[in-house]
Amino acid sequence: MSLDIWMRENPLTYVWIGSYAVAMLVFVIEIAMVRHKRTLTLQQVRLIHQAEEE
Amino acid sequence: MAINWFKYSAPTTFYGLAGKLIPWFAIPAAILFAVGLYIGFAVAPMDAQQGEFYRIIFIHVPASMLSMFLYMVMAGYAALGLIFNTRLSSMMASAVAPTGALFAFISLWTGALWGKPMWGAWWVWDARMTSELILLFLYLGFIALHASIDDPRRADRASALLAIVGSVNVPIIYFSVKWWNTLHQGSTIKFSGTSMHIAMQQAMFTMLAACWLYAIAVTLARVRSIILERERHTKWIAELAEVRS
Amino acid sequence: MKPRQKRFLYIVIAIAAVGIAVGLVLNALKDNVSLYFTPTQVYNKEAPEGRSFRIGGLVEEGSIKREADGLTVNFVITDLHKTLPVVYKGILPDLFKEGKGVVVQGKMEAGGLMRADEVLAKHDENYMPPEAADALKKAETAAAAANSSSAASPSSGTPGAQ
Repeated sequence: MSLDIWMRENPLTYVWIGSYAVAMLVFVIEIAMVRHKRTLTLQQVRLIHQAEEE
Repeated sequence: MAINWFKYSAPTTFYGLAGKLIPWFAIPAAILFAVGLYIGFAVAPMDAQQGEFYRIIFIHVPASMLSMFLYMVMAGYAALGLIFNTRLSSMMASAVAPTGALFAFISLWTGALWGKPMWGAWWVWDARMTSELILLFLYLGFIALHASIDDPRRADRASALLAIVGSVNVPIIYFSVKWWNTLHQGSTIKFSGTSMHIAMQQAMFTMLAACWLYAIAVTLARVRSIILERERHTKWIAELAEVRS
Repeated sequence: MKPRQKRFLYIVIAIAAVGIAVGLVLNALKDNVSLYFTPTQVYNKEAPEGRSFRIGGLVEEGSIKREADGLTVNFVITDLHKTLPVVYKGILPDLFKEGKGVVVQGKMEAGGLMRADEVLAKHDENYMPPEAADALKKAETAAAAANSSSAASPSSGTPGAQ
């Protein structure tokens, strides 16, 4: 009930925190995961080829 | 047709091409996000009925459209992989899936936050929202099915079937507001035009373009890791500069 | 036939089969997929009796009456053919206004009155600044005054906006 009143008094804050901040957080997490995956795969592939060369 | 498209459908060439293309999508995406948010919050006026709350539309509609389009892209790549047995198509399908799932999640989340102040409920089991929730589960099912099968080629084939069969859901989402009585309003962007004030339109289409570019950039980045992983025993990977160093 | 063409054919058949199956299921469940019934459907006895269901339409102009306790509201839902009186006790959403769309969940009482547990506001797909909305309203009133013989624009849902 108090949330109902709060969101009507601060509609822009509600829109920003509720929707845009969450969407941006999702994007940031996705980018971080893609980058992490890239470094991880590169490491693995390097290890495989180093082992093959030896 | 001077360009040999089949050359680029080989993972060998596409790996390098994707690496070069990523910044060309990522940087415009960031700029368009900033411009879209500026127009959406500083230029676009308040809505007569919904006041400030309608501004959720600038992320809600692009996310919903992307979740549907990316599903069709994913199903299309999955079908290509199944029919022509091309390696890259199946890799692209698995690279698109997580981004599509995240857009479906953003669509549902922002929709709930919009529904509460305007309709009076976070969630209603109406046809539009239920079918969008099914879309999220289809994405998650695709990812889980692919991950559960060890042999990547068999995983490709099994999950491709799921993706193709699930594509029936996309037209249902789009037309649900026409076919049934729903709480969700009709489409704002129709084939015949939009029913929106001009600055609001500009903000929404800028955000839509930003989301498209972002989705392409992140998919290309993801597919590069998938190529590396799946082709790790090949000679061309061993000769890559980033592997040798 | 090449194996490639064969696989393509299987996929086409699979999509067609699933599409037809889903279409048939959705057609059979038509009344359950729709979120609400219209007052005309209630009048034609197509709505369920004795259990809770949803009804949707417009709030009839001039029909909202608040009771002395400040919480109980009486209003009439119309689909422009038939009407249905509703009584609701609780907080109404912001967009609940006369002439606007609404979806109400509740049970029918004897005498054709619906006692609602939940009231949801339905908004349309048109977005415009307040000034534009005012101008549109004025133009509509002027048009209605000009040809007062014809019926006024019935719904707020499709005001050919822009």
